[in-house]
Amino acid sequence: MSGLAERSVTVNGAPCRVWEKGRGSPVFYLAGFGGLPRWTPFLDRLAGHHRVIAPSLPGFPGAAGHDRLDTLVDWVAATLDLVEGAGLAGADLVGASVGGTLAAEVAAMSPALVRRLVLIAPFGLYDKKAPPADLWAQKPGTLPSLLCADPKTYTDHMAVPQGVSAEEWSIITTRASEAAARLLWPLADTRLERRLHRIRCATLIVWGAADKVLAPSYAERFATGIAGMISTSIIPGAGHLADLDQPARVAEAALTAIG
Amino acid sequence: MKLLWFHLMPYTELPDDFRERHNSVWVDIDSGLLDPAVAHRLYNEFMDELEYAASLGFDAICVNEHHANGYGLMPSPNLIAASLARRTSDAAICILGNSLALYNPPTRVAEEMAMIDCISGGRLIAGFPVGTPMDTCFAYGQNPSTLRARYLEAHDLVLEAWTRRKTFAFNGRFNQLRYVNTWPHPVQKPHPPIWIPGGGSVETWQWCAAMDYVYCYLSYFGYKAGRETMMGFWREMERLGKDRNPYRAGFLQFVGVAQTRDEAMKLYKEPAEYFYGRCLHVDSRYVNPPGYNSEATQRARITSQVALASQRAATMSGGARWDEILAKGFVIIGSPDEVAAQLREVATDLNVGHLMVLQQFGNMSRDLATHNTRLFAEQVIPQLRGLFEKEWEDRWWPKPLPKPSRAVPQAPAREAAE
Repeated sequence: MSGLAERSVTVNGAPCRVWEKGRGSPVFYLAGFGGLPRWTPFLDRLAGHHRVIAPSLPGFPGAAGHDRLDTLVDWVAATLDLVEGAGLAGADLVGASVGGTLAAEVAAMSPALVRRLVLIAPFGLYDKKAPPADLWAQKPGTLPSLLCADPKTYTDHMAVPQGVSAEEWSIITTRASEAAARLLWPLADTRLERRLHRIRCATLIVWGAADKVLAPSYAERFATGIAGMISTSIIPGAGHLADLDQPARVAEAALTAIG
Repeated sequence: MKLLWFHLMPYTELPDDFRERHNSVWVDIDSGLLDPAVAHRLYNEFMDELEYAASLGFDAICVNEHHANGYGLMPSPNLIAASLARRTSDAAICILGNSLALYNPPTRVAEEMAMIDCISGGRLIAGFPVGTPMDTCFAYGQNPSTLRARYLEAHDLVLEAWTRRKTFAFNGRFNQLRYVNTWPHPVQKPHPPIWIPGGGSVETWQWCAAMDYVYCYLSYFGYKAGRETMMGFWREMERLGKDRNPYRAGFLQFVGVAQTRDEAMKLYKEPAEYFYGRCLHVDSRYVNPPGYNSEATQRARITSQVALASQRAATMSGGARWDEILAKGFVIIGSPDEVAAQLREVATDLNVGHLMVLQQFGNMSRDLATHNTRLFAEQVIPQLRGLFEKEWEDRWWPKPLPKPSRAVPQAPAREAAE
């Protein structure tokens, strides 16, 4: 992780870690389920062309304060505080999974903050024919194969980092799952559908063809609802956390869209 | 000491191959397994049994709340308690309890419990559990991350609703009510005794100590498994400078009494194996949503997780056999003298003044449940009476209206049938 800079933004009195790497025009990244315990190959590819800024959402690894957020408005306001505090002011924004939900909210509620938007399998809509999987009612050990096409990808991503005890890491990863639950429980329907028309920037929708959490059919729903110019990229060999499964393919699509 | 007769109201006709063919007794149990005609019979038999226990001199009869649960047919224990309030006269009515965060607004609990306290003439014990993850987070869709904060706020609201005599506004984090005014309010003043059924979290113990509430450990795994929890509770009370009044605590124990131990071995094997096999067949997907346990509890339990996990493996996944059920003390069985001796030891060792006994469990028939209950009332209770009573006062027991002031239920006189 050479070249990785770290700073902190305070949201509701709680510190949230911001990682940054690379040079060029800024691209912000909000991570998905599980958060960002370590820098990823996908972000490295973006950092080859851009200054990549990855703030941690409250409750996810590196950030506290999820327990102060009771409503969707609280979450959106906290995310705005976080990305504005990290310097988002008309830059490109990439959000995946849980982070994608809030990236979409940022673009809808504060359109001037976002130049171009990349959404990787965001939550927030609900199709009763294909309801989102229940991430919080899984038998032990089955989550990696639900989230990634290759379960090892997720297992490696979430492995205990150096300098943290296994016991403490278990609490940190449980907290990340709780933070996602706090926002999305029980059906992951944040009624985002009602605000999609407010997203007026050019938007790339990325979906893993093998997403077992949110069926790729959701891509079409987002494409229909968003007012801005839309492109869609379905990534073969990728599950829900598509940028972890297929970093090269997702980065290529994102770089094409962002320029 | 006080002896309380507890009913879970299990559905008694889960099929023999339930464990093999069905994934869970809870949350997504197959609705097709329930026959309402059977439920009709069971509710009436179970209420007969509760009323029978009250008539035999048990100090209280107890009901509790579960949702989408094959071993607990009481989504609303208050409905049962209301009926029991009419059909009994002296026993306390113990609701263990209402999961406060599930009621919207929670003043519903203040109202219904006040009604039951009024109907019964002040015999209510008000239990306030957080509720299991299966009941609260899955069957009732509550967010595990806010459940405890909602529970604590709902408690504050109910307590205020019971004790403030002027209409007030409540501006909580989760509940906003401009007009709170509980009609009726309870007979018992300042409010009915509050008991907290809980797991083994230190925060719950500290809260019970601070609020001066009874802590109840409703263990399905008997006194041997419960011992560690109760010892932890008393260590915490000591650390907080509280006395060892055994009436601070309640404990649940499955019991089967017969004339002899051999007879008890024959009588209670099937219902026990039904309970520990079919009724505790809970899908592990539903037992631990993130946030349900506080981080402090997670930290405190990291070393004892192995013990819990193995307990689950033995009882929830594998299905306990009769010899194991007996060896581990999940169910205490024997002649009246043997049961009395064991329960005396349990109550003394765990220092528990409120002993709740479960004498109908699994698919036990009404005949056997009443047999079990009668032997206990007639031959076990007399041997346990007196324990703790000279040394300690039970400050957590209902204070009903004086007997002469209490209404006696009666049907209005009808014209004589010709």
